Amino acid sequence: MAVCVAVIAKENYPLYIRSIPTENELKFHYMVHTSLDVVDEKISAMGKALVDQRELYLGLLYPTEDYKMFRKLHNSYTDVMCNPFYNPGDRIQSRAFDSMVTSMMIQVC
Amino acid sequence: MGFSAWFFLVCFQITELCGAKRVGYFGPTQFYIALKLIAAAQSGLPVRIESIKCELPLPRFMMSKTDAEIRFGNPAELHGTKVQIPYLITEKNTFKRMDDEDKQQETQSPTMSPLASPPSSPPHYQRVPLSHGYSKLRSSTEQMHPAPYEARQPLVQPEGPSSGAPGAKPPRHQASLIRSFSVEREPHDNNSNYLDEPWRITEEQREYYVNQFRSLQPDPSSFISGSVAKNFFTKSKLSIPELSYIWELSDADCDGALTLPEFCAAFHLIVARKNGYPLPEGLPPTLQPEYLQAAFPKPKRECSLFDSYSESMPANQQPRELNRMEKLSIKDMADFPVLAQDVTSDDNQEQNKTRLEQNKTRLALKSTADEALPKDMSEDPATSKDSNSLKARPRSRSYSSTSIEEAMKRGEDPPTPPPRPQKTHSRASSLDLNKVFQPSVPATKSGLLPPPPALPPRPCPSQISHHNVNSERSAQPKPPIQLPNYGDFRLQKQSEQASEAEIHPQLNRAPSQAADNSPTKKDIPYSQPPSKPIRRKFRPENPATENQEPSSTVGGPASAATGKPHAAVQKQSSKQKKAIQTAIRKNKEANAVLARLNSELQQQLKEVHQERIALENQLEQLRPVTVL
Repeated sequence: MAVCVAVIAKENYPLYIRSIPTENELKFHYMVHTSLDVVDEKISAMGKALVDQRELYLGLLYPTEDYKMFRKLHNSYTDVMCNPFYNPGDRIQSRAFDSMVTSMMIQVC
Repeated sequence: MGFSAWFFLVCFQITELCGAKRVGYFGPTQFYIALKLIAAAQSGLPVRIESIKCELPLPRFMMSKTDAEIRFGNPAELHGTKVQIPYLITEKNTFKRMDDEDKQQETQSPTMSPLASPPSSPPHYQRVPLSHGYSKLRSSTEQMHPAPYEARQPLVQPEGPSSGAPGAKPPRHQASLIRSFSVEREPHDNNSNYLDEPWRITEEQREYYVNQFRSLQPDPSSFISGSVAKNFFTKSKLSIPELSYIWELSDADCDGALTLPEFCAAFHLIVARKNGYPLPEGLPPTLQPEYLQAAFPKPKRECSLFDSYSESMPANQQPRELNRMEKLSIKDMADFPVLAQDVTSDDNQEQNKTRLEQNKTRLALKSTADEALPKDMSEDPATSKDSNSLKARPRSRSYSSTSIEEAMKRGEDPPTPPPRPQKTHSRASSLDLNKVFQPSVPATKSGLLPPPPALPPRPCPSQISHHNVNSERSAQPKPPIQLPNYGDFRLQKQSEQASEAEIHPQLNRAPSQAADNSPTKKDIPYSQPPSKPIRRKFRPENPATENQEPSSTVGGPASAATGKPHAAVQKQSSKQKKAIQTAIRKNKEANAVLARLNSELQQQLKEVHQERIALENQLEQLRPVTVL
């Protein structure tokens, strides 16, 4: 199911991108960008006032069972962030993160 | 001669069987097999693979000079080979122990020739040729491929009762000799599993780590924050990705901070890495926080011990440890073989002097450290199980988004709070600055006037009226003679020189506000209530009144001021310069603030425009509906 996992930085470059089974990362990268565009669209449609509020309900971009996946991803991401040696903006090179993503992708595929 | 031929044959067979011939060198598996075969041969079993499967006593290797000389008349060779035997034997003991951990068999380290007590000759006779053959084997194989051996770090302290050995008495006797000898000569980690070797923290290392922890964080039961640890570990000159990985391994609870056991683990990993060990895939069980906490005394107790002898010890310990660390830094990425050879040279000091010289200090440290090891072998099974279960611990974090935010914030956790964000809605402040700076502008202009004969008076009563803090200053004297501007200037000036207890709110408010905007905080930022500037924002449109205001208030303090000792007139010029400089600075800051304000306001204007356009569009869309 999860064929590609990508973490995109604020500046629209990928901090981390992994795809299986085939390594056609570029195609997935485009897809990721288009999905981000969808998110941007939704944000701009909502209006300024709501931006400050916690997570906007942007609609189900993803089926709910993947919320677990997202949670795991997010937890691993925060672990990476907690590392004081990690500079924000660097590519994510954490082995723990890698292994978690691998396990996730393998598990659901 | 037939006998020597026999054992050569045996050795040959062993070499073949264990696969060394095939592989071309003695790797660990080959070595184990070879040793097992030797044991089998010594016990009289045929040299076959199957014989390994039996429970065998450890192969015994003994060399006695006299016997060997008698038997083989080749002392030179013996000398050459026997020194390798101690190393080998300890290695073998290690491996053997690995293989048969449950078997508490007699372990024997070889005796050096002076210590060899001549046992009854038949058993000795039996052993010596094998050992000699073995040593020959060893020497040949060592020439073939020394590296894998030395990488093994054979560190074991022979122990265990002698049991089931043929000729039990002499071996026991020797064993006791050996044990006493080995205690001094093989001071290594007291390990059951040699694979753990690099990951065990010795007592001395532990003390050093704790000391370092205390230097960073006085309370040993508390944390070291991430940034502090980062700065500290960066000094080790390892690359950032490696440090990042070490952090990942050691921060077990992923909280962005290191407790004492986590810190020790991280430190130890760094030390190991600097010594050339590759970083493990996962945190070794001996470095898990629970293990470390259990294996070593509680930090509190350690503290008391520490305090008692920290004064005496640091002189000895720290220079040594520092020396070691320096060595680590100097010899970046020391090779496996180098380090391993250090260990071997410990045994073969007289033989490997060159290598010894290389790492003598390090060895000395390690040897003394390893002597005083905690005997925590009994805890290994228990704690290893705990640590294994720990690996599978569930994530100890709640899943609400807010807590994740907190976790992220905690991860940032800078030691100094970030500079206060600029007040975006700083309309008020900007206008206040206008208000604030305008008095200072005439002040600077008036600064060019000749200095007054007396000290400038106290700050404006406008500030006094605003801030009660200045009430004490009203007691300061002020010469009644001056022009309004001039007095104002002197007020400003004096406020700047206002030292210890005196606060000049007006001028300092500006810097405190400007300091929000610019990082330079030359004046002490006082916690002046911002309400006062805000209050004044409604009166900015009358610059004239502003000017009049301070000037009108000047007369007030002038009259209100009491006598102050007329201090140095000489200071006037320097004070003037200072005043000018500070005024210039403040003007610049004000300019920056205003410019930024301007841009922000422009942005807001744009946004409001857009909103207006959107609203108008909506209105137009709705209009036809309502019309109908």
